[in-house]
Amino acid sequence: MIEVGMTLPEKVFYIDRALLKAYADASGDQNPIHQNEEFALSVGLPNVISHGMLTMALAGKYVTEWAGGSANVREFSARFIKPVIVPAGEKVDLTVVATVTEVDGKTVKLDITATSAGVKVLGMAKAVVVK
Amino acid sequence: MINPDSVGRTFKGVEEVTVTQSQIDAFAAVIGETDTSVAPPTFSIRISLSQYESILTQPEIGVDWTRLVHGDQKFEIFRPIVAGDVFTCSATIETLRVAAGNEIVSVRSDLHNGNELVVTSWSTLVVRG
Repeated sequence: MIEVGMTLPEKVFYIDRALLKAYADASGDQNPIHQNEEFALSVGLPNVISHGMLTMALAGKYVTEWAGGSANVREFSARFIKPVIVPAGEKVDLTVVATVTEVDGKTVKLDITATSAGVKVLGMAKAVVVK
Repeated sequence: MINPDSVGRTFKGVEEVTVTQSQIDAFAAVIGETDTSVAPPTFSIRISLSQYESILTQPEIGVDWTRLVHGDQKFEIFRPIVAGDVFTCSATIETLRVAAGNEIVSVRSDLHNGNELVVTSWSTLVVRG
């Protein structure tokens, strides 16, 4: 039974430099701030950062797993409020959890929380799924 | 500076984009998705961002892509994308504002397979001053 207020199980993803390279190739977004530390520092970033859209894609995987597949997502939105910082040689966490905010027949609305190293990285993250 | 006359205008992508199974497979692999019968929900950003880059960096619009930061993103998915979809793409510049020296442009992408609208997405792009 899906009810408003229900919290879904938390899931932790791990992001490292190899994943950033794989996402760059899969998405076509080869911006060097996601791969080249020297470049990232030169434009005032603390280190290489994840593509916001990789963070959102992983949060999307969290949603589709619960919803029973990619075909069941109708709407998905997020703000990129803080970067996910990915130092060389490290795996950083992306911890995702969601709460049910509305149920209408088979349509379920979710509020999603995504944090990395304890910092909230997505704002206003919401999805509408059919389950 | 972004040309304010571009606000409200819709720009057509120059060429059709065909989705291949290997593109879906590669995108799915990154996020650990094993069912590749349909594309993951954010897959269409691959198409929209490259269309935005080619459209918005034209001199008549004037976005400096090297100073771009992605502010937010929304997808409305009418049906999942599958391999073999052939999309015509358009980008509509919905709003433009300047805040703290940054230009903030909201742009909408519509992906049509023939006459069928498959995905509409909205991106807020921040061009750092």
